[in-house]
Amino acid sequence: MPDQLLFATEVALNGLMAGVMYSLVALGFVLIFKASGIFNYAQGVMALFAAMTLVGIQNGQVPFSHLINAIFGTDIHYFGWEAPAILAIALTVVVMIALAWAVNRFIFRHLVNQEPIILFMATIGLAYFLEGVADLMWGSEIKTLDVGLPQGINETIDSVTFEIFGYGFFIDNLDIVATVIAALLVLGLVAFSQYTKQGRALRAVADDHQAALSVGISLNFIWVLVWSIAGFVALVAGIMWGAKSGVQFSLSLIALKALPVLMLGGFTSIPGAIVGGLIIGVGEKLFEFAIGQPFLGGATENWFAYVLALLFLVFRPQGLFGEKIIERV
Amino acid sequence: MLDTTTTPDGRTIGDTVLDLRNITLRFGGVEAIKDISFDIREGEIRAIIGPNGAGKSSMLNVISGFYVPQEGEVWFRGAPRPQMKPYQVARQGIARTFQNIALFEGMSVLDNVMTGRLNAMKANIFQQAFWWGKASKEEEANRESVERVIDFLEIQHIRKTPVGRLPYGLKKRVELARALAAEPSLLLLDEPMAGMNVEEKEDMSRFILDVNDEFGTTIALIEHDMGVVMDLSDRVVVMDYGRKIGDGTPAEVRSNQDVIDAYLGVSHD
Repeated sequence: MPDQLLFATEVALNGLMAGVMYSLVALGFVLIFKASGIFNYAQGVMALFAAMTLVGIQNGQVPFSHLINAIFGTDIHYFGWEAPAILAIALTVVVMIALAWAVNRFIFRHLVNQEPIILFMATIGLAYFLEGVADLMWGSEIKTLDVGLPQGINETIDSVTFEIFGYGFFIDNLDIVATVIAALLVLGLVAFSQYTKQGRALRAVADDHQAALSVGISLNFIWVLVWSIAGFVALVAGIMWGAKSGVQFSLSLIALKALPVLMLGGFTSIPGAIVGGLIIGVGEKLFEFAIGQPFLGGATENWFAYVLALLFLVFRPQGLFGEKIIERV
Repeated sequence: MLDTTTTPDGRTIGDTVLDLRNITLRFGGVEAIKDISFDIREGEIRAIIGPNGAGKSSMLNVISGFYVPQEGEVWFRGAPRPQMKPYQVARQGIARTFQNIALFEGMSVLDNVMTGRLNAMKANIFQQAFWWGKASKEEEANRESVERVIDFLEIQHIRKTPVGRLPYGLKKRVELARALAAEPSLLLLDEPMAGMNVEEKEDMSRFILDVNDEFGTTIALIEHDMGVVMDLSDRVVVMDYGRKIGDGTPAEVRSNQDVIDAYLGVSHD
């Protein structure tokens, strides 16, 4: 194989892995949007919040320690124990479920039947509130997240590809793990929504609220459920991104990368979120490799996704898999 | 309370299932329902008729919990019902259909009808998620009862079709199937035959009678077509401008002067 093609293949593979990460974030958006018509701007902050909570619990940090110390004049920061990763993840899931309940109880239950734009505004408020609470709870310094996921170059792939092509592919172990976990997560979600009672109820609510009520589905329960699942997806995304680039404020900005993914895949399609993420991941890496670096001076990865999304908005606004919008007149 | 009676065609009509007592419903300053009382008895087909805007649909919405009346009480099975959300009413065994069809358009007919069984499924979320414990057995049992309903309403041929693609008449039938799947003790039908052609109306009438006959389901329905109402129902409530102006057997209602003035006088009969 010629060198250029080998490089391109490696780049595309890395793009696929990066795309999986985008898909993870986009998935959280799609879940909530489908079930309640809310575009949840806070999804990225939820990932940040989840990652910070996980790290905080792992390190045995005292939540709100700055606040407590300021009020009572104490000087406590740590409980003095370190929680094992699996326990910390379980506790974080509990926290995310509690958050889902609180969000519904204190925000969206009061906004039933409001315009989508009002609900959207509420999620912007939620995003800033959550960001502040996360800082207050766990402090704002950059933390490293380590739940024992393998990191660094995968030696096996490197040596095998070197033997065959005379060129070793650089694939990060973390990306491989992320891909496997994302695949399991999606399979689990699909099975849940297709084959369980709650999944069926969830699809029913997504389709028609009034009809759902008439067959005895509690909307509040379904909304808490779907926010909990979105919280769980945010946690998974937070772990992956946190392990890759540290737990810090910029983590919440990955939500912005999810937007073009959603425009490609459609806001209402779970497979769309996956495929959209992969296309953007591969697309931006290949574009950078083939056109960006040689001709445009590089750094195209920052804007490629948005330009692609813009093209989609012009020519196919419902995305690849979204429901076509037909206005009846 | 009346004793058990037998209709000419041999069905038994029993105790009061639902008793509406002095219901008044206001929207702002508009009184949609003014001090209405009537009952629905076990095993009967009870029709609510009246001109447009008489408050029939509002009445049905009060029964199914979508509207909360300002005054009056709803008695269900001999006890006053506390204020309830629609989903709680549904869980008590009151199923309904809607005037302007409320189906899950993106889901298949089978899935739509299966949602009617949601409350019959008792396995918890974890058992469901892992198909563990009673979850799979339950799914099978519910699937069976759903298939019976689908056979009964003759919609086998469209089981896998997404509801959004079906013509109007069939959608109405699927909605009835979903309500029936819940095995309700009281079935509320809001204009089950609105917008149908003669053939579809005859089919729907037959299904309603068969449901009542075979499952003994108590049915309350709203209908405009006077001919249909007189053929189907055991007793009729007549409403006009939010008031009750007549209540009795079709024959009694037909000879009631108020009813004739308000409604029958302008009908095609």
